[in-house]
Amino acid sequence: MSNFRMHLLVCGGTGCTASDSLELVKMLKESIKKHEITNEVEVVVTGCFGFCEKGPILKVYPDNVFYITVKPEDAEEIITEHVIKGRKVERLLYVEPNTKKRLEGQKSIPFYKKQIRIALRNCGFINPEDINEYIAADGYQALAKCLTEMSPDEVIDTVVQSGLRGRGGGGYPTGLKWKYTRQNQSDEKYIICNADEGDPGAFMDRSILEGDPHSVLEAMAIAGYAIGAQYGYIYIRAEYPLAISRLEIAIKQARKLGLLGEDIFSTGFNFNIGLRYGAGAFVCGEETALIHSVEGKRGEPSSKPPFPAQRGVWDKPSCVNNVETFANIPPIFLKGPAWFKKIGTEKSPGTKVFALAGKVNNVGLVEVPMGITLREVIFDIGGGIKNNKRFKAVQTGGPSGGCITSENLDIPIDYESLSSIGSMMGSGGMIVMDEDNCMVDIAKFYIEFTKDESCGKCTPCRIGNTRMLEILEKITKGNGTEQDLKDLVELGDVIKDTSLCGLGQTSPNPVLSTLHYFQDEYLAHVRDKHCPAGVCQALFSFRILPEKCVGCTACARICPAHCIEGERKKVHVIDQSRCIKCGACYNTCKFNAIEKG
Amino acid sequence: MESKCDTQEKFKQLQKFIDSMEDRRGALIAVLHKAQHLYGYLSNDVIFYIAEKLEIPSAKVFGVISFYSYFTTEPRGKYVINVCLGTACFVRGADAIMREFEKILNIKAGETTEDKKFTLSGLRCIGACGLAPVVMVNDKVYGRVELNQVKTIIEEYQEEA
Repeated sequence: MSNFRMHLLVCGGTGCTASDSLELVKMLKESIKKHEITNEVEVVVTGCFGFCEKGPILKVYPDNVFYITVKPEDAEEIITEHVIKGRKVERLLYVEPNTKKRLEGQKSIPFYKKQIRIALRNCGFINPEDINEYIAADGYQALAKCLTEMSPDEVIDTVVQSGLRGRGGGGYPTGLKWKYTRQNQSDEKYIICNADEGDPGAFMDRSILEGDPHSVLEAMAIAGYAIGAQYGYIYIRAEYPLAISRLEIAIKQARKLGLLGEDIFSTGFNFNIGLRYGAGAFVCGEETALIHSVEGKRGEPSSKPPFPAQRGVWDKPSCVNNVETFANIPPIFLKGPAWFKKIGTEKSPGTKVFALAGKVNNVGLVEVPMGITLREVIFDIGGGIKNNKRFKAVQTGGPSGGCITSENLDIPIDYESLSSIGSMMGSGGMIVMDEDNCMVDIAKFYIEFTKDESCGKCTPCRIGNTRMLEILEKITKGNGTEQDLKDLVELGDVIKDTSLCGLGQTSPNPVLSTLHYFQDEYLAHVRDKHCPAGVCQALFSFRILPEKCVGCTACARICPAHCIEGERKKVHVIDQSRCIKCGACYNTCKFNAIEKG
Repeated sequence: MESKCDTQEKFKQLQKFIDSMEDRRGALIAVLHKAQHLYGYLSNDVIFYIAEKLEIPSAKVFGVISFYSYFTTEPRGKYVINVCLGTACFVRGADAIMREFEKILNIKAGETTEDKKFTLSGLRCIGACGLAPVVMVNDKVYGRVELNQVKTIIEEYQEEA
């Protein structure tokens, strides 16, 4: 690696590859060849940088210059200007929205300023398809330390001391989980990595697996040593082909170097890892359902106890941890549990990765210390709301979580604080909504999701969620009554109390939390038959304001239903009976003459 | 139509895949993935074959197939259009995009056009939330899709054939 004077790090995450970053890599390589500098400069395809909004991302190392929205046709200029002549390509630098100054370093960009990267430490830094780059970044050192210097009990103690809690959402202390699994005697035990990231809108696990697969393999081997397992499964969604292929490469490379397999580091410890594919079932994120799926069966949950630590895969003690949890393990051993505990809050040490998405300016993957406020995440890191609209709510915890309003934006984020305001940490999806989002519609979206994903094993979840969806559909169509709102609450409480697994127990949360915080909006739907956000088609209309209309005819020309009439330079009118409420006129009008409501 | 020779070749590949597995315990889902990858869908013939080969009752195999949304027992179109309906895409208007596809193709989500060219379906998050709303046609990703782009996307594939 040291032979090259310069490295061009190009993001190969899903978001950036969808915007042609691999084509950019090709063009860069061609240009490098053309200028005969192949022995000076290397192009490295890395994992996700997190700043997906401005992808594709290209970072020049060691100059530490950070280029955004780089297109394949920019390759030649970057090579001739920056690489050869040493002049930065100004137009590709990030522009600070307030000062309009161009910033060159990654750290100086507001999106990165408040981030602390532990789980994502290698994403955007190393080539995930080359084990040597991981090793150069202290990779597999933690495993070596555990195997050669520590007893399994000491390993577990270290994790307990660090205070690390499960990053999949529940927040159960990882060290305790390992301890219980170790205590159960058996000839065989299993480590399982839960990479069934089902929350729609969350993509941190995929980014870790795509950007730094070895850190998960290393942590699984450490966990295997600690609990006395010789085999690990990674249960991963089949919808993540890139992550699967990088894991396959990583496993192969680790086996070749003897970092997985028999007699690792000549200590007599054996550990192997195999992949198991999910097949599109959200409920398989629940550990007992996941275990059944690993066994090749229908992924239905079963009651606990027995816990997986007692009887898991093939009825043997098993320990299930999430991808992000594993990614935190190697640094804890390298830097010590005291270092880890200093970050974050007392009860929730460390960091959390969030997938920031929705109506926010800087969509992307962010890793922040626990205890940061939602306001800092959304406004400082996320750069505020798109198109200067008004913030309405942020949804955390996916289909199991709830909506948080502006009054709670200053609460420090940790497992307990989010639960106390009716939401939850969840896997880390964070969807920002603005004034144009209808909260009834959002609640309906989530219930539709859980209704689809309910495995059907227990009645409250299977039938209860279907009934809830029917009521919400009734409301959004303008046929709801106030009694319906009461029924939703009652039904929601019953589903929570009587469902078997986590999916059912949390499925009413999106409805209950929106009902709590946005009661007015629900009432507007049922009492006034009006959707204030203008989303539920039956409950709003478009109207042309005569005092603002200049008669430019733009709306009449774009209307797909040809239902806008009016002469040139005269006020236009919408024929409400034929209007399909597509909003084309509303988006086209340059004079704000069309009102939605 | 597939020739008989083709089908036999695929059966052989499937057989080889199953035979090469070291541990057949819990192999069913992996085998179904392979089979669907080879054939595009899971026909009765394939299902019975797998059941026999793995010594699992075919009712159980059907049970597993119907449980997971990834598996399909219906042939799919040449181009599978997946509209991402994850939350990030949803709040940026993915369902209007879906309705537009339904309208232009004249099929509902989950259906295939009569000429077997397009299958329309919804998908939960492909992790490209920065590009929301996202549409995938086979493996190609279209980001920040707007309503008036839907027609152009379809036309792109109409012309190809």
